[in-house]
Amino acid sequence: MEDILKELEARREKAKLGGGQKRIESQHSKGKLTARERINLLLDEESFEEYDMFVEHDSHEFGMEKNKIPGDGVVIGSGEINGRTVFLYVKDFTVFGGSLSLAHSRKINKIQDMAVKNNAPLIGVLDAGGARIQEGIDALGGYAEVFQRNVLASGVIPQISLIMGPCAGGDVYSPALTDFIFMVRDTSYMFVTGPDVVKTVTNEEVTADQLGGAEVHTTKSSVADGAYDNDIEMISEMRRFIDFLPSSNISEVLIRETSDDIKRSEPSLDTLIPANSNSPYDIKEFITKVVDEGDFFEIQENFAQNIVVGFGRVDGHTVGLIGNQPLFLAGVLDSDASRKGARFVRFCDAFSIPLVTLVDVPGFLPGTDQEYGGLIKNGAKLLYAYAEATVPKVTVITRKAYGGAYCVMAPKHLRGDINYALPSAEIAVMGAKGAVEILYRKDIEDTKKIQEHTEFYEDRLLNPFVAAERGYIDDVIMPRNIRPRIGNALKLLRNKKLSNPWKKHDNLPL
Amino acid sequence: MFKKILIANRGEIANRIIQTCKKLNISSVAVFSEADKDSLHVRNADESFFIGPSVATESYLSLEKIVEVCLKSGAEAIHPGYGFLSENYSFVNQIEREGLTFIGPPSESIRIMGDKIESKIFAEDSGINTIPGSKEIINNFEDAKKIAKEVGFPVMVKASAGGGGKGMRIAKSDADIEDAFNSSINEAKSSFGDDRIFIEKYIEKPRHIEIQILADTYGNVIHLGERECSIQRRNQKIIEESPSSFVDEYLRNEMGEQAKKLSEEVGYTSAGTVEFIVDQNKDFYFLEMNTRLQVEHPVTELVTNLDLVEEMIRIASGEELRIKQEDIQFNGWAIEARIYAEDPERNFMPSTGRLKVYIPPKVPSGDVEGIRNDTGVQEGDEISIYYDPMISKLCTYGVDREEAIVKMQKALNNYVIKGIQNNVNFLSSIIRNKRFVSGDINTSFIDEVYPEGFSSKIDNNQDAFLCSLVAVYLYVKEQSRLIKKRSSNIFYEKSLVTKVGSYIYELRTYDRLENLIIEYEDSVISLESKWCPGDKLIDISIDNDLYSFKVEKIILGYLIEGLGFSDKIYIFTKQAFDLSKHMIKKEKKLDEKIIKCPMPGLVVSVNISEGQKIEMGDKLFTVEAMKMENIIKSDISGKIKKIYCAEGDSLASDQIMIEFE
Repeated sequence: MEDILKELEARREKAKLGGGQKRIESQHSKGKLTARERINLLLDEESFEEYDMFVEHDSHEFGMEKNKIPGDGVVIGSGEINGRTVFLYVKDFTVFGGSLSLAHSRKINKIQDMAVKNNAPLIGVLDAGGARIQEGIDALGGYAEVFQRNVLASGVIPQISLIMGPCAGGDVYSPALTDFIFMVRDTSYMFVTGPDVVKTVTNEEVTADQLGGAEVHTTKSSVADGAYDNDIEMISEMRRFIDFLPSSNISEVLIRETSDDIKRSEPSLDTLIPANSNSPYDIKEFITKVVDEGDFFEIQENFAQNIVVGFGRVDGHTVGLIGNQPLFLAGVLDSDASRKGARFVRFCDAFSIPLVTLVDVPGFLPGTDQEYGGLIKNGAKLLYAYAEATVPKVTVITRKAYGGAYCVMAPKHLRGDINYALPSAEIAVMGAKGAVEILYRKDIEDTKKIQEHTEFYEDRLLNPFVAAERGYIDDVIMPRNIRPRIGNALKLLRNKKLSNPWKKHDNLPL
Repeated sequence: MFKKILIANRGEIANRIIQTCKKLNISSVAVFSEADKDSLHVRNADESFFIGPSVATESYLSLEKIVEVCLKSGAEAIHPGYGFLSENYSFVNQIEREGLTFIGPPSESIRIMGDKIESKIFAEDSGINTIPGSKEIINNFEDAKKIAKEVGFPVMVKASAGGGGKGMRIAKSDADIEDAFNSSINEAKSSFGDDRIFIEKYIEKPRHIEIQILADTYGNVIHLGERECSIQRRNQKIIEESPSSFVDEYLRNEMGEQAKKLSEEVGYTSAGTVEFIVDQNKDFYFLEMNTRLQVEHPVTELVTNLDLVEEMIRIASGEELRIKQEDIQFNGWAIEARIYAEDPERNFMPSTGRLKVYIPPKVPSGDVEGIRNDTGVQEGDEISIYYDPMISKLCTYGVDREEAIVKMQKALNNYVIKGIQNNVNFLSSIIRNKRFVSGDINTSFIDEVYPEGFSSKIDNNQDAFLCSLVAVYLYVKEQSRLIKKRSSNIFYEKSLVTKVGSYIYELRTYDRLENLIIEYEDSVISLESKWCPGDKLIDISIDNDLYSFKVEKIILGYLIEGLGFSDKIYIFTKQAFDLSKHMIKKEKKLDEKIIKCPMPGLVVSVNISEGQKIEMGDKLFTVEAMKMENIIKSDISGKIKKIYCAEGDSLASDQIMIEFE
């Protein structure tokens, strides 16, 4: 018996070494941790339970039958983050470069199935060289099996992809199907085809970082939701991030106890919005003063900065916050901002996270660029997302809510539950100047008359009261009371029940 | 006694005067510019009037508008506060022509004392000790050179109309005189519209000590002892105290008598200050007389238990002084620290913007804890480019200097300001400096103690360890909250590693409900606090010693501020720390190869050209902001690729000035 125990130990030790000491050192020299090191840091101490440690590939081509390493390039298992179960698969770059074989993909499939069955989040760590070419079609089939499960799990459990090394070709589509992608700066990249292929096909010279580094994907492509300086920073922030999320679409929300008083009023917010309605201010000050302890986890911070989205907590409960950002492009809605907002709203709705929307939007961005880029359909995505959402929706119009953008930003008419406006709100079809020029075209030469018309328009329409008179706004509130009022609204909506008509699935304007 | 007073000022001093008005049941009238619409002084006053655009020349400096508002409001008297119109004798004349009362000295005293050269001659003629120097205005720099030689280097070039350090330059030798002369003239022109300059002997390592006087219209003059204002940056006071640790009974008497004599000679009434320079041998020289209420008057009020604003109002209304020289008693010690919106780590560059977070130390009613904070701002206010960037005057009072210092340290540690740069850490660093504590100070104190400039980074083992303990406390409390209900005892025992700059500590923590035990090498330390996650301040007992720090969560740790520093404390599990050696240090990114304009301002001069090689610390530009000339130095070394601004350009904050290759 003892021999058998000893053999188990020995096999375990061997498996844990992955591709061996030399490859581990090479991984370290690139500034990257190994799969098992990453797992140990990500999970609570000693909570990791590994499966399929001894799985090996079954390939007989190209001499692969002589080259087998237990684990086959991916480590799977379950564990806890702050006491909550998660499932994870972590590519092991030291073993066949983390490349995907049939056996490797089956391990991932196994953990995907377990996560869905047990209603717990799935975290995938990518650091790999793509498909195992020696396995040919088996590897491609393996990919598709992973993708299929990603799609079925979508909206059921949170799926998070951490890109901590190369991620190219077939590897990129699994992350793309998940809810969130985070990257490590300088040591990770993502692209469908690498620099060599780009050079061959288009003669374009580009580095891996320029093609698909963290900078590119967090500012230009919006593929990634955030980036960190190194593995340790990322993992530490992921432990913080996952606490904002429920375990699945049927799980109870996670409540974090706080001593931050829900009745906390913030007198300083009374002066945040400048007297001149064309002057910018930082919507994030509203957000951080609303949420518990100022703790706000922003998603896509550096992309489409004219809209701010992210997670916070109010009275211990997670909420999704969306705010137009007057500091960038006056908070206008363009294609990028609409897509960013829409995706976030849909995630929150899928996982029963209430939506808090702060509106200060002058409208949609005009111009050929935008129209050619399909602003109509991109804008419709955000509209669609808000309209279909059945979670509690609390909206505060802080300043401008003009035209079509008013219709989009979670108004009463899109089943908004509680809609507030600050006294500075201007809810109208358009700003005074534009409106007067259309309404009083005949007086356009007469500056004095135009001035009079403008003043009349401002007095009559650029305020929250016209909307309040019609019940489109439930109340006009003091800026300083924004946290208590939102907190109270969310509390009374806690048992909200609303469902959409049965359908096979919807047809979002993609 | 007056029934209604107009306060021709803004900010903290307007509030300060309103308070005394309330006490005396006098109705207060505030004036405000565009930028001050929502200011505290407007809210606190009984009435308020709008007087024009934000630019001071069109509002607070407009004597016509202020007189007009005064007549309209029915106020009988005007208190000018300090700055603005407080030392403008034509303003006083105009007020008096309208039959109103000026709460301050007669216009003739202001005129004589307001002119640096005339006042010096007047003082000399009155038998007051004065510093050797030029008797006349200096018209060109050849003359400047000649006179400087006569007086002997080092010399000080000063604007005749100057004050508050503006238009002042020191020349140590022949070589410096041209530069000093030119920049003094430029600054004098832009600040006062008066480019008259004079030169005097520069006394090395002097202390700045001033005497507060009170004079009524019946010929009674008393002095209220001294204030030492030697701690200055850019020739502007930042820490003041009363009494001075350098002044003994004899010196106080001598200085007091001369101050009184000067006041009598010039026919002074109201509150005023005679400033002296005191050298190492306790010889003192007349510097100037400030014919108004001083910024630093609270320290005198704290040790004499008098209300100077009240005295000024009583004197102006024709009352006789109720106190005689022999009634004046000095009790305890008071220190004032001026909280400025500026960056002490970047040559005290003014900072503007919104006070996103502003939590002053708690001031209990009745000053039982000996803290007084005179301020004109509250959270959410804007520190604008238009006025002096002072946020508040924090004063502490104790039975002796030591107690006042301890209280000041604690108060500064509890002062939270976010959204703009501020000098709280710098003040805190001075307050705990050994030389300051021992009273070994002079007007060059800051240059001597911080020859390389101030850095808020932790530079010693003791502070690094202390902050590590605090950070670990925060970390353990936050982590144990997350897991409390889910699994137990995870943090009962844990090995953690902290990293502060190059200081690294491996600690073992044992979390209990009531306290946290930390083991480090052979010592066992007990930490106790009522801190809750999200609190911006922590009061913590470390082995029964009490500390206060400002804390903020950052990735992998905490930013901890207090005791004069502000630094990042990183916390790792033992395992994470061992692995952290594999992480690659990031190089400076492209956006760090540019220099941005640190505040909105006007480019006065460009000292470099494209393609030039620059060393860290080299002078790049002079930018005028808030009426001060600010030298922008390079914080990187390299070759200049492109210059994005030219002389005369108006720049916004963070606008790119140059790019390096």
